[in-house]
Amino acid sequence: MNRTVNQKAWFLVLPVLVLVAFSAVIPLMTVVNYSVQDSFGNNQFFWAGLEWFEEILTSERVHNALGRQIVFSAIILAIEVPLGILVALSMPKRGFWASLSLVLIALPLLIPWNVVGTIWQIFGRVDIGLLGWTLRNLGVDYNYTQNALDAWITVIVMDVWHWTSLVALLAYAGLQSIPEAYYQAAKIDQASRWSVFRYIELPKMQGVLLIAILLRFMDSFMIYTEPFVVTGGGPGNATTFLSIDLVKMALGQFDLGPAAAFSLMYFLVILLISWVFYTVMVNLDRRGER
Amino acid sequence: MARITLSGLAHSYVPDPADPDDWALKELNMTWQDGSAYALLGASGCGKSTLLNIISGLLAPSRGRVFFGETDVTDAPTAERNIAQVFQFPVVYDTMTVRQNLAFPLRNRGADADYVRRRVESIAAMIGMEAELDRKARGLTADAKQKISLGRGMVREDVSAILFDEPLTVIDPHMKWELRTQLRALHQQFGHTMIYVTHDQTEALTFADRVVVMHDGRVVQTGTPEELFERPEHTFVGYFIGSPGMNLLDAQVFGDTAWVGDHAVPLSGNYRPVRGRVQIGIRPEFVSLTSDGEGLPVEVSRVEDVGRYRIARAHHEGEPVNAVVAEGAAVGTGRARAVFAPERINVYVEDWRVAPEAEQGRAAR
Repeated sequence: MNRTVNQKAWFLVLPVLVLVAFSAVIPLMTVVNYSVQDSFGNNQFFWAGLEWFEEILTSERVHNALGRQIVFSAIILAIEVPLGILVALSMPKRGFWASLSLVLIALPLLIPWNVVGTIWQIFGRVDIGLLGWTLRNLGVDYNYTQNALDAWITVIVMDVWHWTSLVALLAYAGLQSIPEAYYQAAKIDQASRWSVFRYIELPKMQGVLLIAILLRFMDSFMIYTEPFVVTGGGPGNATTFLSIDLVKMALGQFDLGPAAAFSLMYFLVILLISWVFYTVMVNLDRRGER
Repeated sequence: MARITLSGLAHSYVPDPADPDDWALKELNMTWQDGSAYALLGASGCGKSTLLNIISGLLAPSRGRVFFGETDVTDAPTAERNIAQVFQFPVVYDTMTVRQNLAFPLRNRGADADYVRRRVESIAAMIGMEAELDRKARGLTADAKQKISLGRGMVREDVSAILFDEPLTVIDPHMKWELRTQLRALHQQFGHTMIYVTHDQTEALTFADRVVVMHDGRVVQTGTPEELFERPEHTFVGYFIGSPGMNLLDAQVFGDTAWVGDHAVPLSGNYRPVRGRVQIGIRPEFVSLTSDGEGLPVEVSRVEDVGRYRIARAHHEGEPVNAVVAEGAAVGTGRARAVFAPERINVYVEDWRVAPEAEQGRAAR
């Protein structure tokens, strides 16, 4: 085959380069720039080296936020993934009811995040919210603005309400792709319901579940809007997750240097954990093949 | 193991079937003898798989009953029927090893470990997968997976019947032949009732003791391969079985002569007067071409050499007439006369075979 050498072809890549430069590289480099400098205002900057990184790495405040973040992500994954699968398994497979349940299930996903926050903020209020008021009148001592545990429960239930649908829809798509013959063969082989799930449905859903877990992990690890609207990070710092803490630091206190260092490390942590997730699950998938 | 009886069986996928075309399976009464190997032959969409799924209990029939021996199993779930079925496309449990796959039906029925191991090993030897026993099923090729499916179908010894739904579609031709031979051997060894669905006549004729031909939701004929070849009861059987299929010509039959247009074709027996569309059918094997003489005038358009014999493709007034010509016999394109062996001609009225008077008389006695 004859290859035509034409270096001008590189110009075809230019639009993408420009786009990526403006949308990702330049903003990111601005953050990098801030992270190694200090400023006392007036747009005057001084070289600070790795000082801010050291400060963030040793900051107890950041450690606590990271801890809360990890616990939060772990809890919502532990609830949303099994629950999503369960929902997907109990949805009708075809016909009118299948379409209806798909629409209903997808509804929470269509609501803007700050509206979700507002809904739950009002829903949980003990004076006017349906949930808060009902619980209060049932004699449950519930108040998410004062009790840290109540605040956590509210934020978690809200996230489960908002995002289980995503897992359910992905799992449902995975289930729908299983040919009928598999279920028929399982009947012939006299497999139990559990075996059908364990040996047919779960393996066939593995791919979409991997995506669901990755998406839910990344999103929950970066969660900001909903808890911010509901609890504002409180009571105290009880629901101050990484991004809420970051915004407080960057815009509340205007500590641009530490906040920049913080966000860079935040970014790297998400990248690292996602990579580990992905690698582990892909390898699980390949295990046993030669 | 048991005799399988279908009584007044019919099935429609439409909730309220009104039109005859709504019935995927038209009313059917038949008995599958215990220990026989059957082939269920027919074109795609003729109801073969529907019938199979009703027997295995994956589908509940709209009408009629299914009996295993004397027991009515129409409402019994698949598990209670103790039947094995192999599907067209491979079904394997991806995350299990080949060994676990083969053992699965036995394990589910609580067989003891020692028996399972012995049984799995003998099946593995049969399908030629001993070396891969401890490999995960996921990474295997389609035909290896299908061999596992076949193995899983045969691993239980006490099944009432083994049903095969076009199981060799994805297998390569060489392996196809080998596996079919093994299925046959297995049948002779264990005497399971086997029902083998296929649209491939070679497969059907080589596998089965009896071939059940289905057409348009109906069983049109059940018989040995010879019967299907010599006495097709329905034009579909004539056309579907044989390569090329039976020649069919519109004709009028009076007594012992069929008239194709103005040309008389002698028959071997007397026929009672019939009404409706009449056709005569003759297999290409029993058509001889001559350059002169009394036969039906035809125009030979093409002669195909298929190895042991040649096929002459000819037409009589637009209707195809094929003839099998022995190797070495002279035949060329152009005008010729086709002579039909009278005793090999079948007469069809509205697609169904009618017997000559002599044969009817015999049947009556």
